[in-house]
Amino acid sequence: MKILYFAWVREKTGVSAEDISVPETVNSVSGLVDWLKTRNGGYAEAFADHNVVRVAVNQEYVTIDHAVSDDDEVAFFPPVTGG
Amino acid sequence: MIRVQKQDFDLGEELSRLTEGNQAIGGLCSFVGLVRDIAEDEEISAMTLEHYPGMTEKALADIEAQALDRWPLDATLIIHRYGRLEPGEQIVLVAAASAHREAAFEACHFLIDWLKTKAPFWKLEETPEGGKWVDARDSDDSAAARWEDQSASNPDDQDAAE
Repeated sequence: MKILYFAWVREKTGVSAEDISVPETVNSVSGLVDWLKTRNGGYAEAFADHNVVRVAVNQEYVTIDHAVSDDDEVAFFPPVTGG
Repeated sequence: MIRVQKQDFDLGEELSRLTEGNQAIGGLCSFVGLVRDIAEDEEISAMTLEHYPGMTEKALADIEAQALDRWPLDATLIIHRYGRLEPGEQIVLVAAASAHREAAFEACHFLIDWLKTKAPFWKLEETPEGGKWVDARDSDDSAAARWEDQSASNPDDQDAAE
């Protein structure tokens, strides 16, 4: 699974992009967040309040209950502030 | 047309190119966003815009398609810059051209409101205390939400008013 992090989410996790194999039990965004939080303190901090973090699967906004699989590109980022 | 780029743009050139060769256009409305030197009483020396290459282009194309769907437009343009920008620099340009002014004004307003809450960009401000990520604003959400409940004005009504 390809995972991308942007803005302060990236600063907290310490990585901008990674290709990782997630456990088979991880099949939704919320499952992925719970699993990522166990990896180290940076991830735990990035997802401390997961309501603040937005998520896109294959470059489309989704909600936390959305399904994820190994072939997906998943991105985590703060609310957007363009314009 | 949409463009995501690091370099600056020339407003006059962009708008001339947008309407060139289409004399059915009677109104062209544009909005340019600039970097301010102050935010919430704090001095800003520069800001860096980060974005999500790939998704940004998809999101902007979707926003443009929605504007074209809602209003009778002849041309639209969205240019959004990324990278490090200093106060006074141009960040974003949106423009909409139509036979009549109402559609051009409304679509232009929609494009910038929608873009602010949908396009994956993030701003990091350089302040005297260090780098600070800009928080999303509730006022931007309500500005965008107003377009959710509102369909485009009927072009027939518009003709009757003129």
